[in-house]
Amino acid sequence: MNNEYRASVVVRTVAYILAAPLIVFGLYVILHGHLTPGGGFAGGAIMATFIALFLVSFGRKGAGSLHRNLFSVLESLGLTVFVVLAFLGISNTFFYNFMVNSGHLFGRVISFGVNPGYLDTGGVIPLMNIAVGLEVFSAISLIVLEMFTYSREDKND
Amino acid sequence: MKEKNIKGVTLCVLFVFLLVMGFCLRPAGEPVNTEMDDYFITYGQVQTGSNNIVTSVVFDYRGMDTLGEASVLFAAASGVFLVFRGERNE
Repeated sequence: MNNEYRASVVVRTVAYILAAPLIVFGLYVILHGHLTPGGGFAGGAIMATFIALFLVSFGRKGAGSLHRNLFSVLESLGLTVFVVLAFLGISNTFFYNFMVNSGHLFGRVISFGVNPGYLDTGGVIPLMNIAVGLEVFSAISLIVLEMFTYSREDKND
Repeated sequence: MKEKNIKGVTLCVLFVFLLVMGFCLRPAGEPVNTEMDDYFITYGQVQTGSNNIVTSVVFDYRGMDTLGEASVLFAAASGVFLVFRGERNE
C-alpha cells in the first residue's frame, strides 16, 4: 500500500513561498525582542510554525528528513544557556543583569526617552531572548513532530 | 426542580450584578495604586537598557517567572515524548 499522504500543489507552493519569510520574521522578532513588541516566546512560536507548515506540506517524507535528536539537544541547550545566564549574576542576585550599561558588549548606555533603537543595548536581555527563542522553537517543533510521527503510525499498521 | 431553577437564576443575577458593580466602581485606565507602574515606566528603560518595557519586566525584573515558563514548555515536550514513545512500545 503506497497511499503516502501528500498535500496538494497549492499547499506545497505556498509552503515554498512562506518558508524564508517565516524564518526571517521569527529571527527578527527574537533579535529585536528588547526593542519592539515580541521576544523569545513569540519569535520561537513563529519559527515553529514553519516546521508545522513543513509537516503539513510534505507529510511523512518531510518528517523523516528532520532530526528529532537535534531538536532535543537544541531545546536542552536553550534552557541551559538561560539558566547559566541567570546564574552569572549571582554575585548580586539571581537574574541580575550584569552586562547592562557596562559600555562593552550589549552594554550601550541609553537615556530616558525616545531613541532610534540600538541593537547592542539591554545587557543579558537579548541573549536570554535568543536562548528562550531557541528553546521555544525546538520544544514546539518537537511536540508537533512527535505527535505527527506516532499518531500516523497507528493508522498504517 | 423548579426551586433549583429559581436558586440558579438568583445566583446568576447576583454574580452578574457583582461583576457589573466591579466594573462600575473602577473605571478602566485609572488604576488606584500606580507606584509599580510609575517605577517601571520611569526607570525601566535606563536600568535595563531595553526600549521594550514589557521585555525588561519579563526577562529582568521578573526573570524567575520566565524561567518557570520555559521549564513548563520543557516539561510539556518531555511529557509528549513519554506518552507517544510509550504507546509505540506496547
